[in-house]
Amino acid sequence: MSLVWHQLRYDQKVFWRNPAAVFFTVLFPIVLLLIFATVFGDQTIDVAGGIEITTYYVPAIITLAVVSATMQTLAMSLVIAREEGRLKRGRGTPMPAWVFIAGRVGNSIVVATLMLALVALLGRMLYGVPIPWARTPELLVVLVVGAASFCCLGIALTAAIPTQDAAAPIANVILLPLYFLSGVFIPDDELPSGVIDFANHFPIRPFFQSFFDAYVPGSAQAIAWDHLAVVAIWGLGGLLLAARFFRWTPRGE
Amino acid sequence: MDDPVISISGLRKSYGEVEAVRGIDLDVRRGEVFAFLGPNGAGKTTTVEILEGYRKRDGGELSVLGEDPERAGREWRERIGIVLQSGNLEPYLTVAESLALYAGYYRAPRPVEEVIEAVGLAGKAGERAGRLSGGQRRRLDVGMALVGDPELLFLDEPTTGFDPEARRAAWDVIAGLRELGKTVFLTTHYMDEAQRLADRVAIIAAGEIVARGTPEDLGDRESRPVRISYRENGREVALETTTPVRTLNELTGRALAEGRELEALEVSRPSLEDVYLELTKTP
Repeated sequence: MSLVWHQLRYDQKVFWRNPAAVFFTVLFPIVLLLIFATVFGDQTIDVAGGIEITTYYVPAIITLAVVSATMQTLAMSLVIAREEGRLKRGRGTPMPAWVFIAGRVGNSIVVATLMLALVALLGRMLYGVPIPWARTPELLVVLVVGAASFCCLGIALTAAIPTQDAAAPIANVILLPLYFLSGVFIPDDELPSGVIDFANHFPIRPFFQSFFDAYVPGSAQAIAWDHLAVVAIWGLGGLLLAARFFRWTPRGE
Repeated sequence: MDDPVISISGLRKSYGEVEAVRGIDLDVRRGEVFAFLGPNGAGKTTTVEILEGYRKRDGGELSVLGEDPERAGREWRERIGIVLQSGNLEPYLTVAESLALYAGYYRAPRPVEEVIEAVGLAGKAGERAGRLSGGQRRRLDVGMALVGDPELLFLDEPTTGFDPEARRAAWDVIAGLRELGKTVFLTTHYMDEAQRLADRVAIIAAGEIVARGTPEDLGDRESRPVRISYRENGREVALETTTPVRTLNELTGRALAEGRELEALEVSRPSLEDVYLELTKTP
């Protein structure tokens, strides 16, 4: 266990020193929040009995930030480490393989938690979106299930990415359309119900739903277990694929 | 203790139709620097990666530190250090951090400062790996293999692509490993590197060992023909002989009788390089 802590400490250093990682994972979601809040201003929307649009976007951007810190960050950083032979080299040491994965997953969860706190605080300070303190346990449950599931999906995705250069495009081609279809970028009262039905089959929409329900006080239940179960099933599928197809050596070896 | 550190017999490995390693036998003794010398594509990396436990063999017997690398576990990995062919450093960690990260993987690592000193990176401890020169990176690579205080080190082409100065620095580091009592298994395609560093050399070509021995008596240089060359009437003359004393006597006797010099007279044994090129020539 102390070995996982050791690995995590260095993974954190590497993450925060990598300008691209910090920009896309930390700053980009915040920039998006500012843009959406500025463009759509004081509108109220017909979601959860009528709420301000900023109240909608705070959990939406947290959803995006969590997926980005977990699935996208892991997929990209693991592919780079694999293709540059760092995974292979690490396997040549006594460190067990699972410690390496645990360090990376831990790193993603730390960043995801931080983003949750950061976006929630900014939402409160800039737009007066209340932070649902009373629902902290529920938020954490949703966060942990979501983060763990998207970590598994990120690790599984590495098997489909052949080179470093392909990592970002492949991750974006998968995630960007899903953000749109899942109501992360466009409020879901603007989306045709067919689109939502479609998005419900993929993990981002149910994760967003669970997170939204936990975050916005007016919503019916604190934890939407049915949605969260869909996320967890995707995560489990990712875990199985990762266990079967994850590679430690560069492609072609 | 006199058991060989590495013992290989009849090692075979194919990739599809291609036989990369075709029945290799060799022993590496404790405390020696062993060079595995051969041109690109000869099967060096395949062999060393089988020894490191990265690849599975198709046939043959294999023992590294008394274990079969395919089945060896954590305890075994505590005792070996690996430098892969391509550098694999984390660019955002400093020299000291890279070493400390790896030190954490081992039960009884060497102090990081000591390793920095041993690989000649004193003064670079706080420099990020991404900002080091090629030669410095390679030395950090060796340091990361050394930090666990292994008995046996594998170095796969440690100086490929280096300028002469960086090579010399890397050679000093590798020579220093011998002083530390490490056993070193080194692959290289540089003749002079093997000659300079190794106690014993095996030459591999097309998956087979074609010569082995100390750098001095490799390829039986002593018994090979001697080459004599000189200039006569502005023309280069070269001949090879197994009886150099007699040939030289005849040549010089004739020249002396005719009252002329043998211009640019040279007598030479085939260099190790000549032997190497001949042995590894692809037909």
